[in-house]
This record gives sequence, structure tokens and C-alpha cells, in this order.
Amino acid sequence: MKYIDEFRDGRLAKSVRAQIEAEADPTRRYRLMEFCGGHTHAIFRYGVQDLLPANVEMVHGPGCPVCVLPMGRLDMAIDLAMRPEVILCSYGDMLRVPGSRRRSLFKAKAEGADVRMVYSAADALALAKDNPDREVVFFAIGFETTTPPTAVALRHAIDRGLTNFSVFCNHVLTPAAITNILESPDVRDIGAVGIDGFLGPAHVSLVIGSQPYEFFAAEYRKPVVIAGFEPLDVLQSILMLVRQLNDGRAEVENQYTRAVTRFGNAKAKGLVAELFELRRLFEWRGLGPIPYSALRIKDAYAAFDAEVKFQPEYRTARENRECKCPQILRGAAKPLDCKLFGNVCTPESPIGSCMVSAEGACAAYYAYRRHETARRSA
Amino acid sequence: MTSSGERVELAHGAGGRVMADLIDRTFKRAFANDLLARGEDQAVFTPPPGRLAMTTDGFVVSPLFFPGGDIGSLAVYGTVNDLAVGGARPLHVSAGFILEEGFPLADLERLVASMAAAANEAGVGIVTGDTKVVERGKGDGVFITTTGLGVVPDVVRLGIERIEPGDAVVVSGTLGDHGVAIMSKRSGLAFTTEIRSDSAPLHGLVAAMLDAAPNIRCMRDPTRGGLAATLNEITAQRRLGVVLEENGMPIRPEVRGACELLGLDPLYVANEGKLVAFCPDDDADRLVQVMRAHPQGVDAARIGTVSDDPAGLVELVTSFGGRRVVDWLAGEQLPRIC
Repeated sequence: MKYIDEFRDGRLAKSVRAQIEAEADPTRRYRLMEFCGGHTHAIFRYGVQDLLPANVEMVHGPGCPVCVLPMGRLDMAIDLAMRPEVILCSYGDMLRVPGSRRRSLFKAKAEGADVRMVYSAADALALAKDNPDREVVFFAIGFETTTPPTAVALRHAIDRGLTNFSVFCNHVLTPAAITNILESPDVRDIGAVGIDGFLGPAHVSLVIGSQPYEFFAAEYRKPVVIAGFEPLDVLQSILMLVRQLNDGRAEVENQYTRAVTRFGNAKAKGLVAELFELRRLFEWRGLGPIPYSALRIKDAYAAFDAEVKFQPEYRTARENRECKCPQILRGAAKPLDCKLFGNVCTPESPIGSCMVSAEGACAAYYAYRRHETARRSA
Repeated sequence: MTSSGERVELAHGAGGRVMADLIDRTFKRAFANDLLARGEDQAVFTPPPGRLAMTTDGFVVSPLFFPGGDIGSLAVYGTVNDLAVGGARPLHVSAGFILEEGFPLADLERLVASMAAAANEAGVGIVTGDTKVVERGKGDGVFITTTGLGVVPDVVRLGIERIEPGDAVVVSGTLGDHGVAIMSKRSGLAFTTEIRSDSAPLHGLVAAMLDAAPNIRCMRDPTRGGLAATLNEITAQRRLGVVLEENGMPIRPEVRGACELLGLDPLYVANEGKLVAFCPDDDADRLVQVMRAHPQGVDAARIGTVSDDPAGLVELVTSFGGRRVVDWLAGEQLPRIC
């Protein structure tokens, strides 16, 4: 397949692998965090870790929007879906995530809620046009990648006075989460956890550009390489990070030059700024409340804000205390360090946030790397 | 023929004259065979020598008509294939219909004609059946259940207990065609693709395979859950592993493209006219050649090898050079958001 196969070429991978092997200093460790769930998925799906020397280690970050959405917010979505007048539209992988009392949107659907899986905010908008006597709520989740499409749908609804369309906004921000990780005691305390560098997001950076990461590189002395989502992108970016670390550099480099620019997509950023504003505080599943880490719809457009329109109640849900997701999301623990992993907590019956979506570190570990754990116990 | 606009009514399932008319006019005429024509509550026949094989399957596919097939032919081929992969020659099929009130009779006739043609192609008779009608809103147009009876010659011994480490794993053609063809027509997911369902009968291919390689250990048709589900079922039961090679896995570029777009993995997408066979390593090349000479096996390929793995895992050596587990599907395969 054109423009895909080139980036999954096994022979090219071999040559990049040889370069990493030649250049990685055997006397030190390289602990590199991939922030994005998309990268986590690519790393596991193509077995990228198998091509790395033992001292180059990938640490899986919190960039899976499904994983970091707190159960309380999911419960709100379920409450919205249970209203008889509402058609709740959601992206597919949100549907089976359990909220509190293990209720999911799938279960709500089985109980009679009208829940529809959509591929884009535009699909939800079309449903609103086709069902003028129903209230269509778009359950908007995701990082900066999915925010502009939500904004486009919202703008369209506002301009056309589509009053039966509203958005339940859960959009979150990447830079705030990275700061939270870098500022956490686990990571800050010297020697506790090391993250030597970051593989920067692909699609998020397409929107926000590479410039927002310059602060992290300078302030925290961590190199960042923005990487595409194909496995060869990932491998090449790892090589670039190894080189920066060997040279003692902490810069923002862009491997994904075919898509990402320094300032990103000005039009998308403009539209988002027009319709959304920062929330003072937003809870992240696994990371806790993070200031200014999420967006809400501006008051001027409150008529299209499902939180204003239907006033769903937010209740903090209790997480299982044995669950190590908070540490895993910061790179302070690995899925295998968790007692619940693979026995109590599985993709069929997830307990923690990292197991709920295929992009979460635990789910990816469970689905793709179980040969390591199974053999160890066999 | 039914005049256009006529629809299924509750009376069509009520046991009266209207129902008898529907059965005579639509089913008996299309399926035309002596056993059915007797009009008894059962088909009575003498089985040929050999062991009997029996299987049943329910069909609820939506949409009812899709590129490359429809629920009618699918209901016949699905059951014929479940018999065929056990080494059975299919003999007879029964068909149970659950019709939803309001379903156009013209569509029913199309489906029934398609079933009759499929049965003809598979060399089976639809020898007994049943029709029920449910109220509007309590069905999805038509549901069909078919049960099949076949005969396994005494010399044929297939079963997963015969699989051994080192055996070759062979598929009869491209993976994921059916699932992608169906998805391309689902509401809310409409995209244009040339992909047609692979829905087809496999008994002829199986006969040719058993002829060429009588030592085939076992065969399965990887329908729901795709190749991944079928292999995981086998490895979990046998506590053996399978190592697949991503390079050379027969997947159409259009199917790969659609899966890329939708965030799906073709290994988990359904097939309706493909089989996976396990055979001794020495037989694999010859078997693949014979399969490729058959119309249902032109894209046949060896895709992996059985390994001695007590954990019973299916693994994939990626074309990128890494290795990963191909696990059971957790829940339904859902598109990822980014």
C-alpha cells in the first residue's frame, strides 16, 4: 500500500536498528517516554521493542484519551445517554469502557439508551439534522487532534441554529499532562524514575506544532523528538533521541516533517480558541486533577454545551487501591509490576485506566507481549 | 411471482392458508426437491455409508444484501462450509426463517432464489424448513437458521488432536474480505470499496485438498473473529502455539486500506469462503499448489507453523521484524479514536 508500506519496511528497519545498536552507549540506559497512545500501539503492534538494544527502553505515557478520562465523566455520559430524549454519539473505543459499578455505554445501550457509534463529530451533526425531535449529544473526547473536528461541528451547529445538537466536552491538552509528569515527585526526585527523553506526539503536533515542546526541552533539559505513527518513524525518532542524549543536547527535533511544522495548523488552533476556553481544573484518570489541562465550551455558546443544557452531575468515582495505573502513566512502574495485571484486570474486565483501551500500556502489554509473561510463569 | 409492494404479514406465520400459500409459492417452488415436495413434517432418507456430520448456524447479517452475496446464500454456504472443513460431503440442509412483519415479499423471494442457487452449487437439497413471523420491530427483516447433514468417508480423519508441532498452517486465500464488504455497507460507515464478500462453498476445495494430501490434520473456516479467533481456539485447546509470518499473508490491498482507515486488524475480520488447514510440513508445498489450482483457493498460502508452546499463544513475526501476540479479541473489534 502506497505511503504505508514504505514506513513499515523491514529492511530499512534493520539498518536503523544497526545504527541504534552502534550508537547507543552500552554503559548507560536510555529511558524514552512515548507520550501518545498511538505510539504505544505502534510499538507493540509491530514489535519495535524487539529491535532495540536492552539498554534502550520505552516508557509508556498517558497519551490515551480513553484511558485518562475519569470514571466520573464517563458516568455523566451514561447519565446523559439514559435520558429518553437523548441520542448519545461516541467514538467506538469509548463504548465498552466501564464507569463506576462497571457500567459502560454498551450496557446502557442494552438497557435501552440510544447510544450510537460515530466516526466523527460530523456524523453526530448529521444525526442531529436527521432527528429534529431528538437531542443529539456528542461525547467529545481526545487530545488536540480530535478537538478541531469537534470545533467544526460546533461552529456548524451554532451558525445554522441547530438547537438539538450539543457537545459533552472532555477535550484535554498534551502540554499540561507532560508538565504534570515532569513535575511529579516520582519523576523529579533524582534517581526515583528516569525519563531521559520524549517521543513527541504525531497528530497532536500536527495541530499545535512543535513549538509548545520547546519549553520542556529548555526547562527540564529533556530532548523531544516529534515522531510519526508508523513503526519506522518511531525507530528513527529513537535513534534521534539517542544521538541527542549522547551529545548532551536537549532540543525539540521533528522527525515527522512530512506533516508537522513549528506552529502547526493555525486555522484549527484559531477555531478552537474561538469556541473553547481552559478549564481551571480537570481530573485525569490515573494522574489526578491537573490545572488548566482541559477545555470547556465558552459561555457564549452555552446553549450547545451538554453540561449546561442537561446539568449531569459529576461524582468522583473510587479507583481500586491496588491498581498501579497512576505510576504506570508516569513511567514509574511497568504493567507487570501490578498485582492485578492479567489476573483480576484484563481487557475483558479492566480495573485500571491503562487496561481500558487498546492504546493503554497494560492492554497493549496484555494483547501483544503476553508471550513474555506467559513464558515466565510457564 | 409476488406483485411489488406485498409484505410479510403476521398471517404468513399463523398456520392458515396464507402461510401454506407462502410456503408453496415461495419456498417449495424455489427449493424444488423430492424430499421437500412430500410435504411431511420431516425429511426421511437413507444416509450413504460413512460417519454422519451435523452442524447448525444462525444468520443475522445486516445488511441482508451486500456486495458478493446476501443472507440467503450465506446461510447455505456457512453451513456447507462447517460440514466441509470436517471432511464431510454435504448432503442435506434445513432452513428456519424468522420473518419480520412488513418485510417485502419481493426481497424474500430474492433471498430464497439465492438460497436455492447456492444449494444447487453446493450440491445439497434444502429438504425441510420452518417459517415464523414476528411483529414489526422485533426482528431485523429476516433471520435464517440452517442445519446441515453430511457424510464423512471412513478414511478421512480430521481433528485438532492430530496437530503436531512443526505442522504447517495454510489459508485458502485472502483474509477479511467478507467483514470489510459488510462494513462498507453499514449505515454510518458508508465508504466506497470494490471489495466483495468471499461467501462461497468450500466442499469442492476440501475434496481436492484431501485427495492431494490425505494427511491434513484438521481444517476450520475462520468466520466470526477472523483467523485470530480460529487459531486461538485451537492453540488454547491443544496447548500448542502458532507462529505466523506477516510477510506473505494474503490480504487484499483494499482490505488493508479499509482496515487502516477504520483502525481494524484484518486478522480479526470475518471470512465466509476461506479455510485454514493444518498439515505436515512436508505436505505443505504440494497442498498449496493443489489449492491454487482450485477456483476457491487461487490465493492460498502457507502463513505459519505450529510451535511447541505450552502457553498456547498465537504469535506474529511482523514484516517490520518484531514479534507480537495475536490475542483473542476483547469484546467487539472497535475502531480506535486516534
